[in-house]
Amino acid sequence: MKSTTVFKRPESILPVPTHYCPGCTHGIIHRVVAETLDELGIRERTVGIAPVGCSVLAYDYFNCDFHEASHGRAPAVATGIKRARPDLIVFTYQGDGDLASIGMAEIVHCANRGEKITVIFVNNAIYGMTGGQMAPTTLPGQVTTTTPYGRDVKHIGWPIRMAELISSLKTPAFVARCSAHNPLLVVKLKESVKKAFQYQVEGRCFTFVEVLSTCPTNWGITPTEALKWLEENMLPYYKLGIFKEPE
Amino acid sequence: MPKKLLKGAEAIGEAAVQAGCKLFFGYPITPQNEIPEYMSYRLPQVGGTFVQAESEVAASNMLYGAAGAGARVFTTSSSPGISLMMEAISYIAGAELPCVIVNIMRAGPGLGGILPSQGDYFQATKGGGHGDYRCLVLAPWSVQEAADLVMLAFDLADFYRNPVMVIADALIGQMMEPVEFKPYKPQKELKPKDWATTGCKGRKPNIINSLFLDPEVLEKHNQKLKKKYEEMEKNEKRWATYEISDDMDVLIVAFGTVGRVALTGIQLLKEKGIRAGLFRPITLYPFPYEELKKEAMKAKAVFVFELSTGQMLEDVKLSVMDKKPISFYGRQGGILITPEEVVEEVEKFSRKF
Repeated sequence: MKSTTVFKRPESILPVPTHYCPGCTHGIIHRVVAETLDELGIRERTVGIAPVGCSVLAYDYFNCDFHEASHGRAPAVATGIKRARPDLIVFTYQGDGDLASIGMAEIVHCANRGEKITVIFVNNAIYGMTGGQMAPTTLPGQVTTTTPYGRDVKHIGWPIRMAELISSLKTPAFVARCSAHNPLLVVKLKESVKKAFQYQVEGRCFTFVEVLSTCPTNWGITPTEALKWLEENMLPYYKLGIFKEPE
Repeated sequence: MPKKLLKGAEAIGEAAVQAGCKLFFGYPITPQNEIPEYMSYRLPQVGGTFVQAESEVAASNMLYGAAGAGARVFTTSSSPGISLMMEAISYIAGAELPCVIVNIMRAGPGLGGILPSQGDYFQATKGGGHGDYRCLVLAPWSVQEAADLVMLAFDLADFYRNPVMVIADALIGQMMEPVEFKPYKPQKELKPKDWATTGCKGRKPNIINSLFLDPEVLEKHNQKLKKKYEEMEKNEKRWATYEISDDMDVLIVAFGTVGRVALTGIQLLKEKGIRAGLFRPITLYPFPYEELKKEAMKAKAVFVFELSTGQMLEDVKLSVMDKKPISFYGRQGGILITPEEVVEEVEKFSRKF
């Protein structure tokens, strides 16, 4: 009998085990990005920027050139690479502490300059790598190691909606918010990620895809409960959709 | 090329362009704004790119990215801005990337003032950022030398895959002097940048990184860096001497513009029958310890002049040890030392011997 391959590892991801916790959606998001690089045929001219946070070791998993940035500075590093080599495809892969807290200035100004790069922004409403502290995206009332009584919005403000914030800028951009917590939404995530990279290939605009993600370890629940928690708690506050498209 | 009358800041910018640097990332801060201004006008003429960053933090990380992609790149700032760049400089040193950073020093600490100072000597030569690393540090005393050293800095950076700092006080940035640009020729044998993130076509992916979680691996990396710094110490010490004789009353040690003031003071001292020579370190790291010691042995005593409360003084002491008496005179706050002060201080000191 002749065998047919219907599903395989993308060339853009390396055949190595990752350090991600069981039930974390980083693996899915990595795969979506890798499939996109394969399908657009851009792996050999792509440079990824790893952040500080859980995906700090992304350079060990992707099969393309990588540059490891300091905390929050990935969009500045990406700017340097893209301005030096506009022919390269440059993407950052950042978490919510990295991008929305310490790296707020860099992401906003990178978007505002309209740098022709792609930002994959993984939002799991918590600091993962450092052990579950409050992030700028932590939901009201959410218990973390630095909000043991739950996030009090009167004391520390409301969670920041990055996709909305970035799309409020006048500079043309592609801005979407997706989720990686069920297969249907992963298909939609793939569409947005591919669109973002396609726009970059065409030299159109700054592209930004926020991805809602789970952190069972630091949320203190099982992977299955985490998918449900995301759906019930994050989706109502972080609306999915495409917020901005270039004209 | 004929000589041009240029402001120090313009000469620094033009030197970078002449050395093939087509990328500048920076942020406005006084007293060095003329450099980014010059680059914003000049780079588009040579097909280059100028980006005004949102902060020195961002500018230095753009530098980190562009250096990683194999480009010749530089930034300039002044003391408080250089402090903000220290994070990136540590990463750049850790990831072994070449780049040039110019610090037009102003008086500190904190916001301090905007007038000339040499108060960033420690920051530049002893690390500055976190971790165990060194930058090559060059200190010009004229506009011509600033241009020459900026061009050399790009070659040294590429050769050692290391950040190179050029530190000059605000006087160099602001004054006008004739400058000659010789046609650029690399002063080192430079290898292709096969480590850069240029897309992995036909090779394994390149990774620019300073993270080594395994302590054994990180220690090896630290040892490798140490070897590189030892190579710099062996090969890159630069200094100049003036009016040296075997029977000097005093050997003056000064860097940058203070050296020029001291040299005028030395001429005035001669009229008073005091024989003084000048030792001027041009590389502040690596510091010419042995070379200074050799010259100091020809004098009865050593006198250090600086626009700080005494920072290079510590390296002079490490060099001369207790072999000769050492005195120090410094001005701070942005106030310059005058040749008359040099005469007065040296005269007072030399009467003791």
